[in-house]
Amino acid sequence: MVPTMTTMLSVSNLSKVYEGGFQALRNVNLDIRRGEIFALLGPNGAGKTTLISIICGLVNASSGKVTVGGHDIVGDYRAARGLIGLVPQELTTEAFETPIKAVAFTRGLFGKPPNPAHIEKVLRSLSLWDKRNNRILTLSGGMKRRLLIAKALSHEPRILFLDEPTAGVDVELRRDMWALVRGLQKDGVTVILTTHYIEEAEEMADRIGVINKGEIVLVEDKAELMHKLGKKQLTVHLHAPIAQVPPALAAYALELAPDGATLTYTYDAERKHPGIAELLGGLNAAGIAFKDVNTTQSSLEDIFVSLVKK
Amino acid sequence: MNLYAIRAIYRFEMARAWRTLTQSIISPVLSTSLYFVVFGAAIGSRIPEVEGVSYGSFIVPGLMMLALLTQSIANASFGIFFPRFTGAIYEVLSAPVSYLEIVVAYVGAAATKSLVLGVIILITASLFVPLRIEHPLWMVLFLLLTTVTFSLLGFIIGIWADNFEKLQLVPMLVVTPLTFLGGTFYSISMLPPFWQTVTLFNPVVYLVSGFRWSFFGIADVEPALSLGMTLLFLGVCVAIVAWIFRTGYRLKP
Ligand SMILES: Nc1ncnc2c1ncn2[C@@H]1O[C@H](COP(=O)(O)OP(=O)(O)OP(=O)(O)O)[C@@H](O)[C@H]1O
Ligand SMILES: [Mg+2]
Repeated sequence: MVPTMTTMLSVSNLSKVYEGGFQALRNVNLDIRRGEIFALLGPNGAGKTTLISIICGLVNASSGKVTVGGHDIVGDYRAARGLIGLVPQELTTEAFETPIKAVAFTRGLFGKPPNPAHIEKVLRSLSLWDKRNNRILTLSGGMKRRLLIAKALSHEPRILFLDEPTAGVDVELRRDMWALVRGLQKDGVTVILTTHYIEEAEEMADRIGVINKGEIVLVEDKAELMHKLGKKQLTVHLHAPIAQVPPALAAYALELAPDGATLTYTYDAERKHPGIAELLGGLNAAGIAFKDVNTTQSSLEDIFVSLVKK
Repeated sequence: MNLYAIRAIYRFEMARAWRTLTQSIISPVLSTSLYFVVFGAAIGSRIPEVEGVSYGSFIVPGLMMLALLTQSIANASFGIFFPRFTGAIYEVLSAPVSYLEIVVAYVGAAATKSLVLGVIILITASLFVPLRIEHPLWMVLFLLLTTVTFSLLGFIIGIWADNFEKLQLVPMLVVTPLTFLGGTFYSISMLPPFWQTVTLFNPVVYLVSGFRWSFFGIADVEPALSLGMTLLFLGVCVAIVAWIFRTGYRLKP
């Protein structure tokens, strides 16, 4: 894909071999569109954090090129990094500072003049305003995670990386975070999040990427992915095997199992009238008795598992 | 130039000094005062004048150097080691900050703290012994050069160290002996000739000698040589820091 005005992040031919020879990324190519929410899924050790760390300047790439907002992350690191907010996977915060100072500190690091109003807004949106003058080491784990988000938002980034934002976070806070991310998207911020939770990707993302053993194995629009997955199957278990599908039922494109004991009907889950009653009626009319029926739907989880198992 | 970033790091480091006031100011002042009491008053009263300067006064520049060196290293090494240790360094490394700005901020803060400390010790000393400063501008120059150079050294140690032991190792095993053997408490001319020669390989000798010269006009080695050696040492530290950032040594895998 040629980077265009709508490309916020472009990763091309990116590889990483760590000292010691371990290859964490293999020729990764990825384009992220401006304003989208992108979920990067992958098992432990797949290379998600490595990829994010290279983009943010924490790890040196072995080869390849990355641009953020059109700026090269090495040659033009100031412009590139100025656009980025990073919420790391690990809870790493200064212990003795207060949240309000910590957030102001980050804003300063990113070269922005002090803006107490913005910092108040960010702290309030993450329900940390009441704790603003407490020492960070007295905050709970969930509060620390929110503080890391507040720090990442302190300088009004245009692209936000959330590395497993909801790991170890309770349900309520998770919902709050999702709402926050949607709010950011409304303001035009591009969001990239990594997660192990498929529901989270399903719930949040516009597009989904799957990474495994350092390779991107799939990138797809969520809607399209869900559409593909939106196939349902009705399986009819027959009383007695049949030799062939009655011609009267040809319209249903039924599949007969080799043993002749089950019939499978595949249909679109989004269709209002898949004609199941008619099909069963047709079977009756053709004198085919059945003992059981069941339906199945493949999920994102299924393809994820099948991709990663390969 | 990302001035806001330099200011943010500098202020953060200075705030840390306030939080640890006992450690950063009070304890060095206390230990230096103890040296005055023991070496200056108790033992010093039995030691004759050194080149026309009473022993109590004679040791003031050396004692200041001792405190400056150890504190510059301690401040700067801890300042960069701790965020590496906790992982909070990610913020600095992912910010639009140049390496030069990072060094200026961390080393500047460490050097500032040492300077303040040096002045406090000088004032404390003047309460114990008579002092004169013959070359005040040179004194300030040596003070600045020393704090900056050893803060840089501390910065290097803080990046090299991957545990708390190593952080203490260099100051304890290298810097403290060199300082004690560097003419802090004596004039090199008091040593036998062989040891005088050996001593000339100790960089601290040049610092102490030059600094003492700016006070009393007496020196073990030429003041110009002292200045030259200090600048050389500064140059070496700058080169090492530049190398660290160019390669990402211990900072970026
Ligand atoms: N500094 C390092 N030195 C050597 N190997 C590393 C380093 N950092 C990560 N790795 C290795 O690179 C691989 C990818 O790690 P990474 O942290 O990117 O995975 P991840 O997808 O974020 O996993 P998780 O879901 O567990 O967070 C792992 O095998 C890891 O052991
Ligand atoms: Mg990770």
